[in-house]
Amino acid sequence: MTTRVLVPSGVLGLGFDSKALARGVAMKPDIICIDGGSTDSGPFSLGTGTSKYSRAATKSEWRELMLARSEAGVPLVIGSCGTCGTDTTVEWMLEITRELAEELGQNVKIATVYSSQPIDRLKSALAAGEIKPLEPAPDLSSATLDTCVNVVALAGAEQIASALETGADIILAGRTTDTATVSALPLMRGEHAGAAWHGAKIAECGALCSTNPISGVILVDFDDEGFTVEPMAEAAKCTPHSVSAHMLYENSDPFILYEPGGYLDVTDARYTALDERRVRVRGSKWVSSNTYTVKLEGARVGGYQTTILAVLRDAHYVANAQAWVDKLQAFVTAEISKSMGLSETDFDLEFRLIGVNSALGDIEAKTGNPTEVGVLGIITAEDQQTASEIGKLINPFVLHYPLTADEELPTFAFPYSPAQSERGALYEFSLNHVLELNAPMDAFRITTQDVSHA
Amino acid sequence: MPKIKDLVFKVRSKNAGPFWVTLDIFCGDAKAYQTVSQALATETVAELFRQPAEKLKRFDITDLNVIKFSMPRPVIQGDRKDRDMHGAQWAVLLAESELDVSASC
Repeated sequence: MTTRVLVPSGVLGLGFDSKALARGVAMKPDIICIDGGSTDSGPFSLGTGTSKYSRAATKSEWRELMLARSEAGVPLVIGSCGTCGTDTTVEWMLEITRELAEELGQNVKIATVYSSQPIDRLKSALAAGEIKPLEPAPDLSSATLDTCVNVVALAGAEQIASALETGADIILAGRTTDTATVSALPLMRGEHAGAAWHGAKIAECGALCSTNPISGVILVDFDDEGFTVEPMAEAAKCTPHSVSAHMLYENSDPFILYEPGGYLDVTDARYTALDERRVRVRGSKWVSSNTYTVKLEGARVGGYQTTILAVLRDAHYVANAQAWVDKLQAFVTAEISKSMGLSETDFDLEFRLIGVNSALGDIEAKTGNPTEVGVLGIITAEDQQTASEIGKLINPFVLHYPLTADEELPTFAFPYSPAQSERGALYEFSLNHVLELNAPMDAFRITTQDVSHA
Repeated sequence: MPKIKDLVFKVRSKNAGPFWVTLDIFCGDAKAYQTVSQALATETVAELFRQPAEKLKRFDITDLNVIKFSMPRPVIQGDRKDRDMHGAQWAVLLAESELDVSASC
């Protein structure tokens, strides 16, 4: 048997080539799968349980995919709804889907897969030794679990398969591994397991595995010995190099990929060009593990921030920017202590020099003579009020602080008024662990609903 | 001494999840791959990022003419001290570093 999977793009919200999607639908896929998220952008999405992409972009692209699904008459699956895949972002995606079903006059059965983990359940699992650290893992205790605002488990192919078994037209899944939505149906239909996971990994970023990454749409045929990958955009090609090189991308190990229930080993995979645009892959292996584990992702609040930005254009200050901020830092720290009664352990104040070494910090190896230097002050405190008070307190010194005592007070460039901005909570990733499960659905739940508007 | 970026097609870096960063040196052809693969010591890369060499995983991938290094992020993605959320600018430090290729020329 062959299982044909259409992947419209690497993530919903990033756009895709509509003509290529139409070509993909005409190829009669068995399923349409797309990823809705990742941790790529940082912990904010998971911390707040919100999508990083705009609702408008998400809805506009989802409309096209719901129309494609209706035309193809096959299931449409999205994993990691709303970037972080919490229950709240699954609900957000469900709301968008219901609105679109009404606007498009569609009758659809929708299955939702929920990945959020109750903290109490995780505490029990931790006490029972069912949570294991990955390398490197932050320290984990019952107390640190209490500080987490959101924890999700990454669903695998088994949970997506359970959702497909409900007969749903549309599956909205919470946090899912990048590959699981694509591998689920081929695995259910008995295609080669190594090929199912490897092909899923190649396709999960859409056309990134091709010579035309922004075109988005990719088609993968899975069978009982391998898979074939083909881009749907006319200008795009898949070559053995473009496909095999994709295993390098955002992977710490280019040959091994851990998934719930085992790992993929592509050490012996062979990539062959079938023609100018299609690549055939054989030799990928799936190795099942004895224990079924799912990865956990968690976010906690690491403080509240206010930032301040000033620009130095005066050549003397530009040349002495580091000496200036060192002096400024010592001075304002004393002022904060004097006026607010805060010691250095009560808050964090860091100045980064944009134009000098703000991206790399101490490891920066290049020096130069910038025209101007941006001074970004980042204040972190236990609450927003304190951070913002510190911002206001240091504002006049960031504006006027002189390098030497005997000069006229300088005034630097503030790009806006006020120069300080409240950033709100600083979220941190708090878990790099796996959770052992007796059965795949133990940490997940599925609900279904029928929506009729035809 | 030449810089790595002058010897290869491209150097790229990116997070591999919030806790790891991975660097890919795309050498472009077999000759550049042989040169860089032989001349570039894991210790040199570790020193550049001020990490202990034993924390680096190295993959010399002949089929792709790629040398790949992965290491735990010195600062977890998004933590207070993180300066580059996606870890993509770290590649520049490696690309701009000089490499003594006299032994392999």
